[in-house]
Amino acid sequence: MSDTMHQMHGTGETGAVQPAIELRGIDKRFGAVHANKEIDLKVDKGTIHGIVGENGAGKSTLMSILYGFYQADAGTIHVDGKLCDIRGSEDAIAVGIGMVHQHFMLVETFPVLENVILGVEGGAVLRDGVDRAREELQRLEREYSLDIDPDAIVGDLSVGLQQRVEILKALFRGAEILILDEPTGVLTPQEADHLFRILETLKEQGKTVVLITHKLREIMAATDNVSVMRQGAMVAHRKTAETSPEELSELMVGRKVLLRLEKGDANPADTVLKVENLCVDNAQGVRKVKNASFNVRAGEIVGIAGVSGNGQSELLEALGGIRSVSEGVVELNGQDVTPGKGVDAAELRRRGVAHVPEDRHRMAMVTAFSAKEAAILGYEDDPAYQKGVFLDWQAISNATANMMSEFDVRPANPDLKAANFSGGNQQKLVLAREIMRNPELLLVGQPTRGVDIGAIEFIHKRIVAMRDAGKAVLLVSVELDEIMSLADRILVMCDGAIIGEVAASEANERVLGLMMAGVDPNEAKAVEGQS
Amino acid sequence: MENFELVILLLDATLRTSTPLILAALAGMFSERSGTINLALEGMMLGGAFSAAAVAFYMNDPWIGLLAAIATTIALSLLHGFACITHKGNQVVSGMAINILMSGLTALVGIALFAQGGKTPALDKAARFQPITLPGAEAVKDVPIIGPIYFELLSGHNILVYIAFLAVPAAWWVMYRTRFGLRLRAVGENPGAVDTAGIGVVAMRYRAVICSGVLVGMSGAYLSTAQGASFLQDMTAGKGYIALAAMVFGKWRPFPALAACLLFGFLDAAATRLQGVVLPGIGEVPVQLVQALPYVLTVILLAGFIGRAIPPKALGRPYVKER
Repeated sequence: MSDTMHQMHGTGETGAVQPAIELRGIDKRFGAVHANKEIDLKVDKGTIHGIVGENGAGKSTLMSILYGFYQADAGTIHVDGKLCDIRGSEDAIAVGIGMVHQHFMLVETFPVLENVILGVEGGAVLRDGVDRAREELQRLEREYSLDIDPDAIVGDLSVGLQQRVEILKALFRGAEILILDEPTGVLTPQEADHLFRILETLKEQGKTVVLITHKLREIMAATDNVSVMRQGAMVAHRKTAETSPEELSELMVGRKVLLRLEKGDANPADTVLKVENLCVDNAQGVRKVKNASFNVRAGEIVGIAGVSGNGQSELLEALGGIRSVSEGVVELNGQDVTPGKGVDAAELRRRGVAHVPEDRHRMAMVTAFSAKEAAILGYEDDPAYQKGVFLDWQAISNATANMMSEFDVRPANPDLKAANFSGGNQQKLVLAREIMRNPELLLVGQPTRGVDIGAIEFIHKRIVAMRDAGKAVLLVSVELDEIMSLADRILVMCDGAIIGEVAASEANERVLGLMMAGVDPNEAKAVEGQS
Repeated sequence: MENFELVILLLDATLRTSTPLILAALAGMFSERSGTINLALEGMMLGGAFSAAAVAFYMNDPWIGLLAAIATTIALSLLHGFACITHKGNQVVSGMAINILMSGLTALVGIALFAQGGKTPALDKAARFQPITLPGAEAVKDVPIIGPIYFELLSGHNILVYIAFLAVPAAWWVMYRTRFGLRLRAVGENPGAVDTAGIGVVAMRYRAVICSGVLVGMSGAYLSTAQGASFLQDMTAGKGYIALAAMVFGKWRPFPALAACLLFGFLDAAATRLQGVVLPGIGEVPVQLVQALPYVLTVILLAGFIGRAIPPKALGRPYVKER
């Protein structure tokens, strides 16, 4: 049965069979937010179907409805042509839908096997089901080359392996349709490639895969069909072979977007930031940054690449003066400014270091504040904002309005609560606050995390403009595309150490990916040379 | 030989004093492993003790008293669950509220029913759990070493003592070898994983707090109808907190928690023994100091060891589906 079906797809005769999933008129509101607007979607059996859209376009909501996490206000779900009433995850599982969530739904203290059988234990006493589960697991691992030790504790596994446990979980439940929500956000490029090979195998076995992502490159590389969402609505369906990243991004944003940042060559001048043998320990005494040495010159952007959690955050926080340094020296324009030795974040700011932290909500702003309060954070003792012992709210309002017009923050209302701005507009306000002080050195972490494409373009342009104005910029990002398009030089961090440096002109994803996984730079380049 | 007898007596007393701690610690474990902090053990124990003594007095049967105690503590557990699980309230506040409520309520109802200043009337023999002589205990009574160990130490306790000690391996088996236990542990670590596996998080947590209620009810009944012969106002005297400390000290696991309970029980028993004893070089130990020992040790142990104990990840956090 499945063989014949597979063959039918091989010849592209998809019209004859029922689609694996069909959504009709799905509508969902969360209070005032209209998250899904009468969505129609057909996913053909045995294909990989991509769903793209910006953050907040409603992709995750739609998939959560399909998986029974939320109920739609209106609309119907059909699986294999049959109307399904999906009221909870158990209903979705029953009709053969499996989901790999963006934040893994795993119990970290459990071994792989227990995670996989959770909910389908096969009897009140575990022993009854475990042996059968172990056999089934081994079969699945072989079939899809997943390669996981069933007795390993999940918390000890790498992120890539944990994701495979999630896939195993779905397959073990007999999933015929697998939904993956932003699966590559936490993976190295090599791990992502491996994931796509697994998805390809699943497809060959007749399974249907729905891939949700905002990365167009992945859509182009891995999918058969693609649907585009914008502001809660489904705006287009395309065969992947018949579309282009340019068309897709235009559909996502609703206007033409420049995908490749246009920037001239860098003209690096004097060294602004010099870091020597910097070591940073976290609160538990674990060394997170190990002997980092590098410099950043005026008029260049130095990017730090690496998989999330390899010490970049700690490095950035130390340089920003909010984390003390265990060993090493930091110099700014030749002066010792090693944080912790009488130098704190405020002192660094006075000396011309602007810091845009990675976590906007936790560190860059207070979302409960109004925009004008958020816009002076860290600079609230500036004489320009004072009137005697009080704050000069008129001056602050004017300054904020100025920032807002300069950085295109919408709505341009200094009295609006910071939480009510979109992620992109919050980030633009933070950047405006830091950049408009005209600093010598800009430290910027994850500048476009949770930011829509339109704002990404704007933010990238402003960062390049800083460079062209002769300022030094240190950029930390886990988005390789961002690093490659912005940075003039790229440092790669792995396990706290700077493993090597690559000029942006020589950088490509494979070499950087290997280095991010800890492969020596020369070796990485050699491997690249062979292939 | 006299020392040997002293040790046997001390250990014998340890078993008796640690029994309520063991039951309550297991109760705490079921609740906390599912993600609900159970600071209310103290108040529930008190409520159980009162119900057991009052009902046993009227019915003249300790078993009906025990059932009444368990019914009371299940009701209190459901109240705690209603506040913490259904309404996602603060679990510490709810627990403390129950403790304060029960401290007052048991005294109030006690005075209203019996007019003995909050006490319940002394129970007859028939209304209390009586010591059980294990088979063959009389026969080996006079055999050296084995005799005292079997007759004095192991035999001659009431049924609740044996239940408490059997409850430890039983709890372990349920927790680590059954589907229920797997789901219970999972819901305390990552409720999202349980929800997406198609299991109701709320129902799972309620079942866990009900298990907690059954166990802590037995511990309360033990205080008033087995170890003692009536309910006394605030008779738990912090035992609920000590049991909770023992559970934390035992890292939320049954056997290490048992060990911690035995340690606390031993200190309690030793404190009773040490009263009035003149120690060389120190002189007579003040009663108050001796009685404070278990509490002092609790503080020391918790301060010194709790840092390394890793609680269930979702402990204290109500489950809210992410938007």
